[in-house]
Amino acid sequence: MRIACPHCGERSLDEFLYSGDATVKRPDFAGTTAMDDFVTYTFERTNPPGPHRELWYHAAGCHAWLVVTRNVSTHAVASVELARDVALAAKSATKDSAS
Amino acid sequence: MTAAPIGYGRQSNRLASGGLIDRSKTLHFTFDGKTYAGHPGDTLASALLANGVVLTARSFKYHRPRGILAAGSEEPNALVELRDGARREPNTKATVAELFDGLTATSQNRWPSLAFDLLSINSLFSPVFVAGFYYKTFMWPAALWEKLYEPLIRRAAGLGRASDDADPDTYEKATAFADVLVIGGGPAGLAAAQAAARTSARVILVDENAALGGRAVDDASEIAGNPAHEWVKMLEGELSRNPEVRILRRTTVFGSYDGGTYGALERVSDHLPHPAPGAPRQRLWRLVAKKVVLATGATERPIVFGGNDRPGVMLAGAVRTYVNRYGVVPGQRVVVFTNNDYGATTASDLVRAGADVVALVDSRPEISDHVYRITNETGVRLISNAAVTDALGKRHVTGADIRLGDGERIELACDLIAVSGGWNPNIQLTTHLGGKPVWNDRLHAFLPGAVPAGMSLAGAVAGDLTLAKSLAGGNAAGSAAADESGHKAIAVPVPTAIAESDAVTPLWRVIGYKGKAFVDQQNDVTEKDIALAEREGFRAVEHLKRYTTLGMATDQGRTANVNALAIMAELTGRTIPETGITVARPPYSPVALGALAGHHRGKSFKPTRLPPSYRWAKEQGCVFVETGLWLRPSYFPRPGERDWLETVTREVNTVRNAVGICDVSTLGKVDVQGAGAAAFLDNIYMNGLKTLTVGKCRYGGMLREDGILMDDGTVARLGENHFFITTTTANAVKVVQHMEYCAQWLWPELDVQIVSATEQWAQYAVAGPKSRALLQKIVDPAFDISDSGFPYLGVGEITVCGGIKARLFRLSFSGERAYEIGVPARYGDALIRRLMEAGEEFGACSYGTEALGVMRIEKGHISGPELNGTTTPQDVGLGGMVAKKKDFIGSVLGKRPGLVDPDRPSLVGFRPVDRSARLRSGAHFLARDARPEAANDEGYMTSVAYSPSSGHWVGLGLLRRGPERLGEIVRAYDPVRGADTLVEVVSPVFVDPEGGRVRG
Ligand SMILES: [Zn+2]
Repeated sequence: MRIACPHCGERSLDEFLYSGDATVKRPDFAGTTAMDDFVTYTFERTNPPGPHRELWYHAAGCHAWLVVTRNVSTHAVASVELARDVALAAKSATKDSAS
Repeated sequence: MTAAPIGYGRQSNRLASGGLIDRSKTLHFTFDGKTYAGHPGDTLASALLANGVVLTARSFKYHRPRGILAAGSEEPNALVELRDGARREPNTKATVAELFDGLTATSQNRWPSLAFDLLSINSLFSPVFVAGFYYKTFMWPAALWEKLYEPLIRRAAGLGRASDDADPDTYEKATAFADVLVIGGGPAGLAAAQAAARTSARVILVDENAALGGRAVDDASEIAGNPAHEWVKMLEGELSRNPEVRILRRTTVFGSYDGGTYGALERVSDHLPHPAPGAPRQRLWRLVAKKVVLATGATERPIVFGGNDRPGVMLAGAVRTYVNRYGVVPGQRVVVFTNNDYGATTASDLVRAGADVVALVDSRPEISDHVYRITNETGVRLISNAAVTDALGKRHVTGADIRLGDGERIELACDLIAVSGGWNPNIQLTTHLGGKPVWNDRLHAFLPGAVPAGMSLAGAVAGDLTLAKSLAGGNAAGSAAADESGHKAIAVPVPTAIAESDAVTPLWRVIGYKGKAFVDQQNDVTEKDIALAEREGFRAVEHLKRYTTLGMATDQGRTANVNALAIMAELTGRTIPETGITVARPPYSPVALGALAGHHRGKSFKPTRLPPSYRWAKEQGCVFVETGLWLRPSYFPRPGERDWLETVTREVNTVRNAVGICDVSTLGKVDVQGAGAAAFLDNIYMNGLKTLTVGKCRYGGMLREDGILMDDGTVARLGENHFFITTTTANAVKVVQHMEYCAQWLWPELDVQIVSATEQWAQYAVAGPKSRALLQKIVDPAFDISDSGFPYLGVGEITVCGGIKARLFRLSFSGERAYEIGVPARYGDALIRRLMEAGEEFGACSYGTEALGVMRIEKGHISGPELNGTTTPQDVGLGGMVAKKKDFIGSVLGKRPGLVDPDRPSLVGFRPVDRSARLRSGAHFLARDARPEAANDEGYMTSVAYSPSSGHWVGLGLLRRGPERLGEIVRAYDPVRGADTLVEVVSPVFVDPEGGRVRG
């Protein structure tokens, strides 16, 4: 498999580390259901076929964390984004909807 | 090539002319100790056939005599041990082993000799060895498996002997990128490579064999009005002059992987007695291509009939290859048995080579004009609507039993039966990523279904079995691939070829044979085994394979799988696609582990990291220890010291009484900067760091999100927005990864930059009551390092030795007054020498990881054995450090009931009741009178050391409710080493419990 790092270009799989689901959001530690929320966030995963949003780390490259959209049935990579950009966009979206 | 075969030296089957071998040079080789002659260009198989050697192996289960069936990598029978000594390699296919002068080969699976094999008696007991024999015969006493059955079977089966010596050769790995990768150097692949290379595209052409040309050369076809081998030579010239083209010969693409990645093995030196100096034996390629033209051709399939495994039964295409490429006629009286039009052209080649073709036995009632034309031209007797039911003979074919259309039987004397059951396209590389093949009703073969992204097909693998179609298909595929990879196609004329016929009417097995009829010759699976599997319900392809071991040997069943499937289909009354499909997994052909390892073996398995003081320490006669990738000083023996314990004790005493110096550069070091750095670190450490003032250090612990301790170290604040943290040696890489994750993904709004500085700084601990006095000699006078100016846990950027920039930390792992001094790594060697020189007057010594470990245990500091991925801060006595109000990684799940249960084993110290007793880490704690069983387990000893400061062994361990049990006597029970020691539960701090010494 090959992943196109936005910083480094297309590189071989062995430069990257897979690090799980990019759709879960770290819960609020002060919420009333914090313990349940963190258990779900940390441990509970489904594994459906088809496209996944995944976190990957360019370990043997620029050290960027990436959000890779990948079909786990075919390994086809649909998109690669910088995790920082994805996270910032999500945070500003939350802010906008709150205001 | 019109001359009749004449004796050529002892090569009685060698033609006087023709083929692509160099008759001007003679090579000598031995097979089973006898010497033979061959020529450059030969394979071991062609040279053996030239010498009239037809019996080359014994079969795996029944020890039946076997010869050479094929001429390529699909060969199931002719496996030999090649070379001797350390280079001896079992299971080498004689059909792909290129001949070199001095080659030695030994047949396998025979005892005591190939011609007289005692174990062929297995044949008489063959009912025992039917399908599923492993499962059925050896069900009882399981214990006998290891001791009796398996050694017996292995001895009897003789899978070849690997060398006991280390492999003397090297292997390497390489990566190459291409716009167009062409797999297969036959006519289709060559035409594709030519068309692609005429554009500006970067082209890689890969072929399994030493020589390009594939079947066009094997069949002595004509291309563009020339003999095929001349056309191939011309094209090779064109391609090799093009700097954008790389031709990899003797290279097998063994696997398709995602993203246009292909694995290939280049046999760089396998055709030589030994590799040239500096050259590898084999090279493992990772080929990455935008577009791939798959031109892997097809493999001929046998027809299943009685005695079809006898030496002298060969595939028709292989016979043509030996005649046309190697100038060898493998038999003088030949019966050709076929169900397709390829049989006739085989007969024609044999006649041209001077062999007596006794008959062309064609199973089809209706014969095409193509066949009639050839039999008329050559005068070969055509027997249509007939089948060879049995190959007669024992160690060699002596005749063919033929059943005619009306049921009558005739027997023809012959020494060679050339068989063609049609062709199976080599589709393996299209199925590695899950592509499902589809059945083609015209060719009666599987063709590729969905292919990997970027792949196109050309030639036989695309179903184009004739030369003209192969050339046209290759030409078109090569142009299209170059175009799609961004290199505008240029029209290249398609070379012409004579029309051929690929008509076939399936015949999978002959009914009414007498002997054994083999489907998979390498695994000795017979037609009856398939019938048995069917009767016993193993009808699905995957069940059939596992029950009979069909297709599971080194040839991957390339001559067997489709026949087996077709026979199962006939037996169950289903169509072939209904019965199943044949899909393959990588590798296409065996890949040696040595090639996969490449240079990563022995000391080169992983890199060795040397700390900055390495050279100096080596001069001192230091004993080193591997910790992860690092080679760290373990201890520094001095003359007269009897053992390591004496050395380590001296090193500890020197630190406790004077001063010692230790290289701590291997600790992970991370520079953290930015306006958000303080807030960021507060998020990832379990203890509060916001209150850490500039110029101060603090001990810190990190948790995983699940609440388990991940790492510990120190945090130094060098400036308002500048921190420098240390991690344990083992976790240096992991912590940086974790910090990047937190910074980029969890808290991207914080302004923080993280960079690993482990290798940028040489850092030494200077520990002991005289440490400040020593440092005063090297720290430049402008800097105040008095206790008031530089107290415990201070940090400062200073200069040493007259202006060298340095960092000084007042940290202690030993419990003594201590400092860590860091300088840019390039000064590391100079600094250790200067420190030791300056320390001479104080009686300073250097100490290594052993003394470091002893002193941390004496002080009750945790390290790797306690930070073991199962412990919480509370478990190791750090519960008080955990912040209560803030959010940090692990803050919530660290409060799970199971993790805060006071019943959990927690850190305490231990000393033996009998002070002379030795402690062992790993010992489990039991109440004094408890029976030694798991239910009574109360925890275990994590770290032990002989404590020079206490005068006896001390230990740290995790004991259930440990801190509440100080003074209690428990058992340290160690059945592994036969120890059962009474120990007293004590505080984990054995030295200076008040902690006054670190402050001075
Ligand atoms: Zn990158």
